[in-house]
Amino acid sequence: METITSIKPLLAVLVSLLITPMLVSSRAPNVREAWTFVAAVAKFLIVLSMLPTILKGTEIVYTVAEFLPGAAIKFRVDALGMLFALVSSSLWIITSAYSIGYMRGLKEHSQTRYFVFFAFALSATIGVAFSANLLTLYLFYEMLSLATYPLVTHHQDHEARSSGRKYLLYIVGTSIGFVLPAMLISYNLAGTLEFGKQGFLAGTGSKPLMAILLVLLIFGFAKAAIMPFHSWLPAAMVAPTPVSALLHAVAVVKVGVFSVVRVLTGVFGTDLLHSLNFGPFILLIASVTILVGSFIALSQNELKRLLAFSTIAQLSYVVLGVGLLSPKGMTGGMVHIAMHAFGKITLFFCAGAIAVATGKKHISQMVGIGRRMPVTMAAFFVASLSIIGMPPCGGFVSKWYLVLGSLEAHQMPILFVLLFSSLLNAAYFMPIVYRAFFCRPAEAMFENRVQEAPPFCVVPLVITAVISVILLFYPQPFISLATMVVQGITGT
Amino acid sequence: MSQQYPALLVIVPLLSAFMISGAGWVNKRLCFPIAVAALGVAAYSCIGLLLRVLDEGVIVYKLGGWDPPVGIAYYVDHLNGLVLAVVSVVAFLNLIACKKSIEQEFPEKTGPFYTLYVLMVTGLLGIVVTGDAFNLYVLLEIAALTGYGLLAMGEERAPLAALNYLYMGTIGACFYLLGVGYLYIVTGSLNMVDIAHILPDLYQSKAVLAAFIICMVGVWLKMAFFPLHAWLPNAYTYAPSAASSLIAPLVTKVMIYVMIRLILTVFTPEFAFNVLAVSKPIVWLAVIAIVMGAILALAERNLKKMLTYVIVAEVGYMVGGAWLGNRAGMTGAILHIVNDALMTLCVFLVVGNIVYKLKGYAFEDLKGLVRKMPFTMGAFVIGALSIIGVPPTCGFFSKWYLISGAIQAGQYAFMVALLFSSLVNVVLFFRVIEICYYEPFSEDHGHGHDHHPEPMAEAPLTMLVPLFIVAAGLVLVGIYTGDIVNKIIEFAIPKGIV
Repeated sequence: METITSIKPLLAVLVSLLITPMLVSSRAPNVREAWTFVAAVAKFLIVLSMLPTILKGTEIVYTVAEFLPGAAIKFRVDALGMLFALVSSSLWIITSAYSIGYMRGLKEHSQTRYFVFFAFALSATIGVAFSANLLTLYLFYEMLSLATYPLVTHHQDHEARSSGRKYLLYIVGTSIGFVLPAMLISYNLAGTLEFGKQGFLAGTGSKPLMAILLVLLIFGFAKAAIMPFHSWLPAAMVAPTPVSALLHAVAVVKVGVFSVVRVLTGVFGTDLLHSLNFGPFILLIASVTILVGSFIALSQNELKRLLAFSTIAQLSYVVLGVGLLSPKGMTGGMVHIAMHAFGKITLFFCAGAIAVATGKKHISQMVGIGRRMPVTMAAFFVASLSIIGMPPCGGFVSKWYLVLGSLEAHQMPILFVLLFSSLLNAAYFMPIVYRAFFCRPAEAMFENRVQEAPPFCVVPLVITAVISVILLFYPQPFISLATMVVQGITGT
Repeated sequence: MSQQYPALLVIVPLLSAFMISGAGWVNKRLCFPIAVAALGVAAYSCIGLLLRVLDEGVIVYKLGGWDPPVGIAYYVDHLNGLVLAVVSVVAFLNLIACKKSIEQEFPEKTGPFYTLYVLMVTGLLGIVVTGDAFNLYVLLEIAALTGYGLLAMGEERAPLAALNYLYMGTIGACFYLLGVGYLYIVTGSLNMVDIAHILPDLYQSKAVLAAFIICMVGVWLKMAFFPLHAWLPNAYTYAPSAASSLIAPLVTKVMIYVMIRLILTVFTPEFAFNVLAVSKPIVWLAVIAIVMGAILALAERNLKKMLTYVIVAEVGYMVGGAWLGNRAGMTGAILHIVNDALMTLCVFLVVGNIVYKLKGYAFEDLKGLVRKMPFTMGAFVIGALSIIGVPPTCGFFSKWYLISGAIQAGQYAFMVALLFSSLVNVVLFFRVIEICYYEPFSEDHGHGHDHHPEPMAEAPLTMLVPLFIVAAGLVLVGIYTGDIVNKIIEFAIPKGIV
């Protein structure tokens, strides 16, 4: 593997930190938001500029400081990191536009703080994506937890405070309680924390020790919301909707699953997991989370909470895919990071748009809303198709690979889990869409007059919905990146 | 000039202390510049000395040209070179930061305060630089007596708390002296290196064992190692903020240094770790110290007092690390001396700023503080993250070495205690941050907060700039941990410890 040294990964991380003085000092909101856009676009362009290099099979490394051999603050841009960085940096631009519409539409307080910590959070997200070792990943993972805490508690009322406490307890509690000791034990075993193509733990310890490390590392990254460490996610839905959209459907939770994927592929390595026969365990916890999460989603009335449980279930698709340890399954899991991101962010945008336009948050109050907000609800429909995994949406691609992967791995129960989960997804999404458009005039709760949310809210959700569709026909570059990762692992 | 650094760093502050006292009679305004100049020279010499040690290795400076064991020798190696630099820089920064609060808290007594301050720093630097076990006791008392005076200048309850500290501190110092006396009887020497050469034949002597135990207990008393900590919380809490932000970061850390020096140089690691074989029980004591410090801190509803219990827990970190008996643990302990001094300085300077503006530091006084003092609170967050141990702040990296040492030594209880303490620190500090950032909570779901923004009332620049330097230092020391460990601490630990 050819590597080149370049400062670009560091720049991609820092660019959003560097604008915070501008955000804080801007007196006029328009100037402040302009700076946010500058940072978001700059970040996306820096990430994009590295894409051709990565697609050629070259990796980009940059070491900031080395404090122990094998444990440095170091960046390495590979295909998997690139995939995740592309998703999150592109969606930041769209979310910034949406944030403006949402925050101004609801006349929210402390908007400067909001945009500043949003920028911090994105720095941390890209940092996680480009981490070359477990130490750097842990560093940015913690930074993300702390940067999102003020966003979760944005409303500053009692509910926000207790949710913020729960958030910290789950996220920081598990990372200090589980990941930190696991990281140190791994370092003492292997003498390095550098992610390898086949991990670095192979041949360093007994099977029970490996099992303990695996449990600590999978549940330690609680942002992945694998049950039973999931209940921070519905609680965190008290945050403003753009925060829920980008952070709790894309950045934060995907950082969690991304970390788990890194642990499975870069720390343990698929060969080791194969030889120790840990695959079934991973599949089991992922399947339980998928099914239980979907069942709980069925019973939710508040739209954002429903989306939260849907997210919990969908995140475990990624873990499931990698846990299959078969090439197709892993590809599916990694691509699902991107596909689910575009679909789910659309759904959150829709929930927020409804809240801005009508103030409604509960599904039972959304009967007939399709007449009032047809564009929003159409986008909602498209995005829920993507989550269910039906054409014409991108979600189909990842689900297709996952199904192929489960066949490849001869895991028939997983095939059943995937198909049953799709049914459940349909069961909780379709009634919302159906009742929004098709209801008797007497039942309709809204006047038959189109009145959408502000354009800053609607345009972003249309864009993400359209991208969700495009991704079915043109799933590049995500599919080639995921394929490259898998080729790197399997060596073919 | 640079040959005289070891003498300068003690003599300049010592003589300046008298000058300040005299200048106070003439004009109170002269005191501060003299103190700044004295500690500036001390800091300059300390850093110069550290750089020289890095170049040339161990420096032995014979006071008055007398050869040891008759004369007193100052002995500077990588270990105390590093600690000297930390002590002098912390004392210097704190002096600058505290000018305003000293003038506010006791405008009439600035002269005596600066005198005691500079004398105390003299004592602390002397303890670190000296290579003579008895001389160390003398300087210990200089630092302690001035410390009692400084602490007693605080609130109403301060004299009583300081008296309590005086009793305990005096007992501690006496224990140390007694131990040195035993050593002198069996070895006939007071020079640390000399004692270490004579001791190997006497490892089985009961007198040496007694000397060791008595010295350790004395030092533990002085560093407030649980359960000998009872004097610390009140003494530090009720002290004037300028005094507590000097004493809290330095005194316990200097006593940790003394303990490590006793282990590494005087009694030798061979004796401490192998002959005595008491590592395990002492690490268990450290575990108890960490856990109890954390729990006691949780029970406090007062920022400054909470921080004093955090110090009690941190002392447990360092004692435990030093007694793990391996290289990683010792590295962690020494690194934590540096890190904890900076962290504690950072949070106590924050308390100083809060007291300067608010006159109170109980939790209910802190409501909505972030609007009044955003910069101070920003630094507080960095200090808090470092104490919790979030990378890239320095607190993470010393914790890394400490936990690594615990794993290598198989002392998993120590690892669990460290993790537990980190988690409790999260609760402790986020509870404060929550109050400062979000209270008073509004019931109307937060909309419309901006209608009544409280005016900003930030501490003056002379208090903020040193605070920012320390806060930035926390991150920089963290990032350059690799260099500090490889270039300094690596040479501070004898090769025998693996």
